[in-house]
Parts: sequence; structure tokens; C-alpha cells
Amino acid sequence: MLKISDLKVTVDGKAILNGLDLDVGPGEVHAIMGPNGSGKSTLANVIAGRDGYEVTSGSVAFMGNDLLSMAPENRAREGVFLAFQYPVEIPGVANIALLKEGLNAARRHRGEPELDALDFLKLVREKLRLVEMKEEFLYRSVNEGFSGGEKKRNEIFQMAVLEPRLAVLDETDSGLDIDALKIVAGGVNALRSEERSVILVTHYQRLLDYIVPDRVHVLAGGRIVRSGDKQLARDLEERGYGWIDSSAGAATA
Amino acid sequence: MSAMEGHAAPYVEAQQGQAGELPAAGIAALDRSRAKALEALGERGLPSQRDEDWKYTSIKPITRSRFSPAAPGTDCPEDFVAAAAIENLDAWQLVFADGFYLPPRSKTNGLPEGVRVAGLADALTQNPQPIADRLGSAMGEIPHGFAAMNSAFVGDGALVEIAPGVQLEKPIELLFVSGCSGEGFLSLPRNLVILGEGSQASVIERHLSFSQERSLSNSLTEIILEKAAALDFCCVQDQAERTFHVGGLFARLAQSAKLKATTVTVGRAWVRNDARVNLDAERALVSLDGAYLAFGRSHVDNHTHISHNAPECTSRECYKGVLGDRGHAVFHGRIVVQPGAQQTDSEQSNQNLLLSANAEIDTKPQLEIYADDVKCAHGATVGQLDEAALFYLVSRGVDRETARRMLTQAFAAEVLEGVEPPALQTYLASRVSGQLSSAAAQVSAP
Repeated sequence: MLKISDLKVTVDGKAILNGLDLDVGPGEVHAIMGPNGSGKSTLANVIAGRDGYEVTSGSVAFMGNDLLSMAPENRAREGVFLAFQYPVEIPGVANIALLKEGLNAARRHRGEPELDALDFLKLVREKLRLVEMKEEFLYRSVNEGFSGGEKKRNEIFQMAVLEPRLAVLDETDSGLDIDALKIVAGGVNALRSEERSVILVTHYQRLLDYIVPDRVHVLAGGRIVRSGDKQLARDLEERGYGWIDSSAGAATA
Repeated sequence: MSAMEGHAAPYVEAQQGQAGELPAAGIAALDRSRAKALEALGERGLPSQRDEDWKYTSIKPITRSRFSPAAPGTDCPEDFVAAAAIENLDAWQLVFADGFYLPPRSKTNGLPEGVRVAGLADALTQNPQPIADRLGSAMGEIPHGFAAMNSAFVGDGALVEIAPGVQLEKPIELLFVSGCSGEGFLSLPRNLVILGEGSQASVIERHLSFSQERSLSNSLTEIILEKAAALDFCCVQDQAERTFHVGGLFARLAQSAKLKATTVTVGRAWVRNDARVNLDAERALVSLDGAYLAFGRSHVDNHTHISHNAPECTSRECYKGVLGDRGHAVFHGRIVVQPGAQQTDSEQSNQNLLLSANAEIDTKPQLEIYADDVKCAHGATVGQLDEAALFYLVSRGVDRETARRMLTQAFAAEVLEGVEPPALQTYLASRVSGQLSSAAAQVSAP
């Protein structure tokens, strides 16, 4: 699904990712953990195609295609979805208007007909239930005046509507109370499938109690310094990041 | 060089040539006010950039050639009026061709008791005195040469008079079409809207161009709201590139009266608006808003002046502009809190979105406070589209151009959302989005 090789990225001339390798197969859930400043969010943003990140070497292949040469909107249409760490408030643009535009853009991209208003409404209503959101959220401006938890649920709701092949969740768990965390995790779990891969970028192990990952990677100093199964996340929770030697080689477990 | 020999001279001469034929000529009060306005036009001339209030607006495009006052009897074809109709808007409608009322094109049947809607010239001919007494009263001092010109020629336009206590259930639309007489004509409509005590009405003033002919539309509307009267007023300026529009909106509010006035400028015309609102008695409330688009080489200047003349009045003002290409906009908003106007509550904002490096906005919010127990806030912003919001939309699969348009439209939406009825709001939103699309198409065209 996603194959990242020797990825090096600088931001404002400062090296953030220093030769990152990552291979995510179809249907797999990978957790990327690491201390603050290790490059987790940079990785998420580079996959989504945000400006301001300069890729100095390496490659990212998505479904066998060169992801880095694609415009961000085409990445989305091909099935890449980023759940933002800090979802932006957009006054005056209704949630439903954004979803309709985004979904139909993807359908046109795939050569499918656009959904008519009725089918679209049926789809979004069904997905609203997944994240326990009220229908009025559809007609509110994107994230405007939403609480922290509502913003994160809205990200998962958008993901549910757009049905990506690869979802990157950038610290979706941060700032959530336990009830909101369960709803978000429930939404993600419901969307797990053979054809859909998920990258969970997180600082804490807590989320992984609810979304059980296939692989856990530790990112430090811009590289993956250790990989393992879900037990690795528990070890990190107990012992912190200190015991991980960032100079150590790649995956050892 | 005196003003008489300047740009105002042809208009002074033209007025002198037809003063005797203007409606209700010979009525002393009217003769006097026209003569006084003519004198003001002659002495002050047309404004120049040396005037502080015209610093950023050059009238050279207007004075390059002279305009002839249009004559009564000009028609505006039925199919033009039909095509211009606002979809799903159920309204009484008065149509004006180059400022002259066209009864056959208008729809005024079924007006309730206590509502008078007429051409101003007809009303002046029938019973001039009461109208002559009110004309100019909401304006007070003549602010500039164009207002003087309109007042010197005062003749036709719309008269809307609502009796005390009457609540109008449908809006009244005044549709002004300029350029009907051909190339180089001047229209001078004068409108008078009077709401009696406790009455309620909604008035739409819409300006269109008949064609691409060069025309000058010098329009002036006076609004008088008696005690506890409430008026919802929307002025739509949607004219073509070679139309020059000078608009005046002068309102006077009595105790507890409410005015909601929204001016929406789309189209490609050269536009200068002067809005002046006097809050004359306790608890009067005005909400003065505007949305303007300036694309291509268009020029839109909004000068507003709200005067709190009595205690406990409230004013809310929000003007939002979107500028692209070589568009130029000016905003000058003055709020004056007069001595004794305690417990004034006033907020003003002007926000601008600049989509091109060649667009220009000159904004000047101005607050003058001569009372001590007041709550006033004002501010102006000039900015570009929010890159974070743009990326958010694009990351959902929306192409960049559509994302830009969605955000731009959302920016203007704040002003449009307050417009009633819904059919008018929908129409305005579609005009704004249509213009943003065509501007985008021109940018991306080779």
C-alpha cells in the first residue's frame, strides 16, 4: 500500500526526517510513536502533501505510484486521508458542502458518476451514526466553534465518508477524554478492512488499547529506530522513550 | 479656474435649461431647494482628490466626457425586465429607465391600505407641498457636488410611504436600469422612503445596466423612519464596466426606529457610495453592512458616516470586500458620538480579502467620541486567503481553484447571510459566486 524508502525531509533548511523507511501493507494498522520533535507530524504532512516540507531524498510509493509527484488533491482522490492534529476552523463553508465537493471530486477522478443529493445525504447520515454526531453538524461551518473532541470526531466522520485506502491519523487522540477517545477508536475500528491501511501517529500508548495495531514503530531523530508488535507500545508506556537509543539501527524486533 | 468653468459647468447649464420644466416647478419650496443645490454645484464643483473625502477616488473617468441628462419617455424593454427578475422573489416592483418611472413595466397591484408607492414626479405633480417639505431632510447638509447635482435636478424616482402601524408582508423592489437612452446619458433618480410610527417594510433598491453603453447613474435615496418604525433595506449594485454609479443613502431615525441597510456591490462598474445615518432619538438602532467585489479594473468606494445624536442608540457596521486583478476599493467609515449621546453602543469593522498583488484597498475606520459613557469598537483588516484552510480543503480532494472560491465566498457570506428574504439572499450569493468564477476563469485563461 505505502512504501517509504530512505526519506529525508527538511523544514526551513533544518533536517527533520533523516532516512526513514516504512512499509505498510494492505489492511494493516501501524502505529508511529516517538517523543516530541521526532518528526511524527512531519511524516504525516509529507504524505498528505502540505507545502513547506522539502523532500531532499528518498521516495514514497502509494499503490505503486510516486506519491510525492502528485498534487495534494490528487493524493486525496487516490485515497490518501490525513486526520489533522489541529483541524482548521473554516467559517462560512458548511461541513456538508466540503464533503460533497471532496467526495464527488474523488468519484470524477475514478470515472464514476457524482452522487445525487439524495444518495449523498443517505451516505452521510449513515456515517454520522458511526461517530455519534448529530445531523446538525452537517450544516455547521467546518469545525467552527466545535469542541476539541468534536473536531476530532469530525475528522473521523470525514474519513468515513471519503473511504480512503490509507488513513493517516495525526495525534487524533490528543486532547480527547476517555468517552471521545472510545467513539473515535470505534469509528476507526469500524472502518478497518482488508483494503484499508491506517497509520496512527501518537505520543501515547492509550489509543492503542482501543485500536490494536499490527506494527508499532518508534521514531526518533528523524528515523525509525525500533519496530515491533503492540508489546513495544506497552514497553514504551512503562519505560518512556529514554531507553531507546536513537543512534541504534533500524528495526530490531 | 473656478468650478463654474470646470467639470460641473455643463450640468449647471443643463439644469438652467430645464429648471422650468422640472416636476412641480413654480412651487416655492422646491424652486428654492433646487436653486440652492444648483448654487452648491456651481460653487463647489464636482469633487476632486484634493477633497479629503475623495482622496482615493478620482472622478477623471467620469469627467473625461460629459453626460447629458436623460429625458422622460425612455423605455426599458419588457424582456430585459423579465430576464432581470430575481428568481422566487415575491415583491411589488417599480421599474425605472434612466431614472424615470415606467408604470407599464411595474407591478404595484394589491398594495395594502396605507401604503403609497409611486413615481416621485407623479407624486410631486399631484401634491407637491408635503413632498417638498421632506425632500432633503434626511440628507441635511449637501455632502458633495454629485449630491448637489441630484438635488438641483430633483424630479423623478420612487416615493414609498408607509402609514403608521402598517406592516408590509412583501418587499418593494425599486429596479433602476441605466443606459436605456443610449451612449453618454446621465440618470438622476431621487428616492424618498418614509415609514410612519410603528410601521414595518422591506425595500430593495437594485441598479443594473441596460447595455455596455457609457452611462452615469447619480442616485440618491432618503430614508425617514418615525418612532419604532423598522426598515429592511438592501441596495444591489450590479452594473456593467462602462457604468459610473454615485449612490447616496441618507437616513434619519427617530426613537426606537430600526434600520438594517445592506449594500452589495457586484458587477464591474465604477462605484462611489455615500451612506449617512443619523440616530436622532433614544434607542434607535442601525445595522449598516456592505459586501463589495472589485475585479478587473473596477473601483468601489464606500464612505459611511453614522452619527449618534441621542443616548442609548446602537450601531453595527460590517463591510467586507474581495479584491482581485487590478480592482481598487476604498472604505472610509466614520462613527461620531455626539455630546450627550451616552450609553452609545457601536461596533464597526471593515475586512478585506486581497486575491491579487495588483489590487488595492484604502481603508480608514474613524471613531470620534464626544461622550464619556460609551461602548465603541472598530477595526479594519486586509488579508489573503488562509493557507491552512486552503490546504484543509485540498486535502479532502477539492481542487485548488474550487477551494479558493469556496473560501472567498465564505468570506463574503457573513454579510449576505443577514439579507432577507431568502430569495434575495440566494440571488446575491449566486451573483457573488458567478463573478468569482468568471474572475477565476479570466485569471487561468492564457
